[in-house]
Order: sequence, then structure tokens, then C-alpha cells
Amino acid sequence: MSVKVIIPTPLRGYAGKQESVDVQASTVGEALNSLTTRYQDLKKHLYADDGRLRSFVNVYVNDEDIRYLQKDQTQLKEGDTVSIVPSIAGGAAASNQE
Amino acid sequence: MATRIDIATAAPAALSNEEVLRYSRHLIMPEVGMDGQLKLKRAKVLCIGTGGLGAPLGLYLAAAGVGRIGLVDFDKVDLTNLQRQILFSTTDVGRPKIEAAAARLRGLNPDIQIEPHETRLTSENALDLFRDYDIIVDGTDNFPTRYLVNDACILLGKPNVYGSIFRFEGQVSIFGYSGGPCYRCLYPEPPPPGLVPSCAEGGVLGVLPGIVGALQAAEAIKLILGKGESLVGRLLLFDALAMRFRELKLRKNPECPVCGNHPTVTKLIDYAEFCGIRGEETPAPQTSVPEITPRELKDRLDRGDDLFILDVREPHEYQICNLGGHLIPLGDLPKRVSELDSSREIIAHCRSGKRSAEATQFLQKAGFRKVLNLKGGILAWSDDVDPAVPKY
Repeated sequence: MSVKVIIPTPLRGYAGKQESVDVQASTVGEALNSLTTRYQDLKKHLYADDGRLRSFVNVYVNDEDIRYLQKDQTQLKEGDTVSIVPSIAGGAAASNQE
Repeated sequence: MATRIDIATAAPAALSNEEVLRYSRHLIMPEVGMDGQLKLKRAKVLCIGTGGLGAPLGLYLAAAGVGRIGLVDFDKVDLTNLQRQILFSTTDVGRPKIEAAAARLRGLNPDIQIEPHETRLTSENALDLFRDYDIIVDGTDNFPTRYLVNDACILLGKPNVYGSIFRFEGQVSIFGYSGGPCYRCLYPEPPPPGLVPSCAEGGVLGVLPGIVGALQAAEAIKLILGKGESLVGRLLLFDALAMRFRELKLRKNPECPVCGNHPTVTKLIDYAEFCGIRGEETPAPQTSVPEITPRELKDRLDRGDDLFILDVREPHEYQICNLGGHLIPLGDLPKRVSELDSSREIIAHCRSGKRSAEATQFLQKAGFRKVLNLKGGILAWSDDVDPAVPKY
């Protein structure tokens, strides 16, 4: 199944600066696995050392949070959109601290 | 948790003839009308932060006639703020933000009360500050304060109109209202400090907070009026580059430590600790890398020493200013390390010295013996050696 994974701004630098990446997958886990195999730097930003999705990164299939579906076992249909949505904190100042 | 805002039950107020004229474009639309305008006049909204998001928020809430607007900030206006913080003018540089913001909003609408709170929001003062307001609008810029605002709102049952931005992307929602989810339902934990994008990926399109802050203002005004469909249970994503809005469903997490069925957070905690940050300036863990100060570097260059300057910033930063060094962005260093000659003495630098400390450490591990980190980066070079090099 061909699905589109939308890469959020803060993580685009680790995914070839692309807005979205098309992958072949039948579950969310497969889609993310395919993505992080292609872009290995992305892996540590999505997964903790124990292999679980980080708690400040949410994944959606279309507009539903996979935590309330079947998590990484969530089935995908042709043309589904998988969104990675990390928390961002900016507002008052530029996030310009080194 | 608040299920509605009790503005309608507050003491009635009336509009003066001048106010009727000022708000006439509201009064003639049925969604606001006289009832709605009086609700706005009785409403009390607290804006956390008067920066990029706080500016359009403050301006539109004041213009709309929100009767009491509280402002919380402790910062001073600086020149880099003016690219997006439209509450301030060039003559405000150096002035406390709260003072400049209050003056601007009072000038816009003298019929409302502006309540400046010149303080850093803390676990000690948040509940007392929030208690007097109907709605809290979160326009802060860091994770500890966002979790603090969320928890304080849940503990007091106040709606939290949330907005957040990064580069050209924004998020907007309403948390802790009418049985809806809270920020912790969405993100149980903040990212560890090391993983948040560094200065190299930082920055923000100036107009972005204008759009996101205006969306927050619209949501706050709708909550007051009790009209329309609010963003409760929805996360609005905005991408200014693609010029696209998307919407995701937010669910209340029954296991949420603050608003779930069995809350474990029942009072405000230490949010710096929660976010893994101790103190304002997190000391770089790798302070042990060998360093050179800008003055020492200048002296050695003047003496004609053979030094290889390695700039590990991004190409767009190199365009702003540079020391004529060889550019290899930190992220590319592992695959481009062959461009470096380990027999020469290498001086690594970046903007402030943090990324180049990582580069120095990496090169040492890769077997380079003669690598020094330029202490304080190009910023310190500008301060101590050549003020003609612009700081950014």
C-alpha cells in the first residue's frame, strides 16, 4: 500500500529536508520502519532507546491518533496519510538558544 | 474542569455612547450584538507572554473590548524581537516588554483595564495569578512554562487557549475546557533538552506568530461569546510555507496524570526538573574540550600561525557573517571528515561555541589530535575582536 508520511518542520532536517515521504506499508509500524530505514538519523528522534515511540511525538493516521487505534499495528489503506506531530514550544522568543 | 464561562452571570455593565460607536461593527452582527459586547466587557483574559503570539492576541483582545486583560512577562524589548513582536516599536528597545505592551494597549483602547504582571510565571505564583481570570492564553516560548500553564489551568478549571510555533509551522487548540483533553493528554512528556532542534534549525517566520496569535484571539473571543465551534478536542496545524491548515482529533487520555480519572499531579510541581532542565543556562556537558579564546586566536593568526578554521554552522548562517573558514555543517561532519587534514591545527567554531564543541569532541574521537574549539563562537569574536562582524 502506498501511503504518504508527513514530516513536521523540526524533523525535516533528518529526512532529506522533505515535507513528505511516500512509503509502501500495510501498518503504521511498517511505514515508520520504512521511513527510518531510509533516514536513519530520524530514528532517535522518533523512538526512545527501549524502542517505544517517544512521548513528545504523536502519530496520526489521517486525523486519528494511533494511541487510540491499534498503535503501530494500525492498518493502513491505500492513500492514507500518516502524520508525525511533535511538540513545539515557540511563541514569545525565537528558539535561538544554542 | 470548566464547562462554560460564567461571564453572563457577572454584574451587568453598560456601554457608553462612545463605546457603542467604537464597537458598532460588532454590535450590528447578530453573533456578537449588545449581549456579546457586554460579555466581552465583563471578561477577564490573562495573556502569558507579550512576545510573538502575545502581540496579536493583546491587540485584538483589546480592540475587541475585552474588559480586563492581564499580561505576564519579565523580559525587555530587544532589536531581534521587532521582526515579529508587533506590539513594540524601535523606540521601545531596552524597555520592559510589559510596560511597552501596556502603554500600547491602553492607547488602543482606554475603556478597558490592562493589568501588567511583571514577573516570571512560576509554580509559586501561577495559581494566584490565574484565579482572577476567566481564560488563560498561552503564548510562551518554552516547555516548562507550557506544562505549568496547563497544570495550573486544570487545577483551577480554567480554559487554556494554546498556540505554539516553530519556523513556519504552528499549532492551536483549547485545553482543559468542557470535558476536553489537556496538553498532557496530547503530549504526556516534553522532549529531553538535547533533542529539541538547536539554533541551526531555529528561527521563526515573522508573520507566523501573527497568524497563530490571531487564531488564539479568535478562539478566546468565541469562548467569551459562547458562539461557534471551538477548537476543544481538535488540534489545528498550520503550515505557512505550504499555506495549508490541517486538523487532528484530540482525545482526553483517561490515564492523564493531571486531568485523567486518577490524577497523580494534584499540585504544581518543579517544571524545570520535569523538563530535564536545571537553571536557565544548561551548562554544556562537554566543557572539557580544548578551547581557544577569540583574542588568542586573533594573536595567533596575526603571528602567521598555520591554522585551519572550520566553520560548523549552516550555509545560511555563513552568509550572515563568517571568519573565512571552511564550511562543513555539524550534521555533515561525519561524512565529510575526509576534507580535513589531521596534520594541521584545526580551530572549530559556530555561532556560540556549542555546536563546535560537539564537532571538536567528534574530531578528537575520530583521531584528530590538534583541534581547538573557539570559545563563545562568532558572537564572542564580534565582542572581543571585530565588532564589524554582525551578531545574530
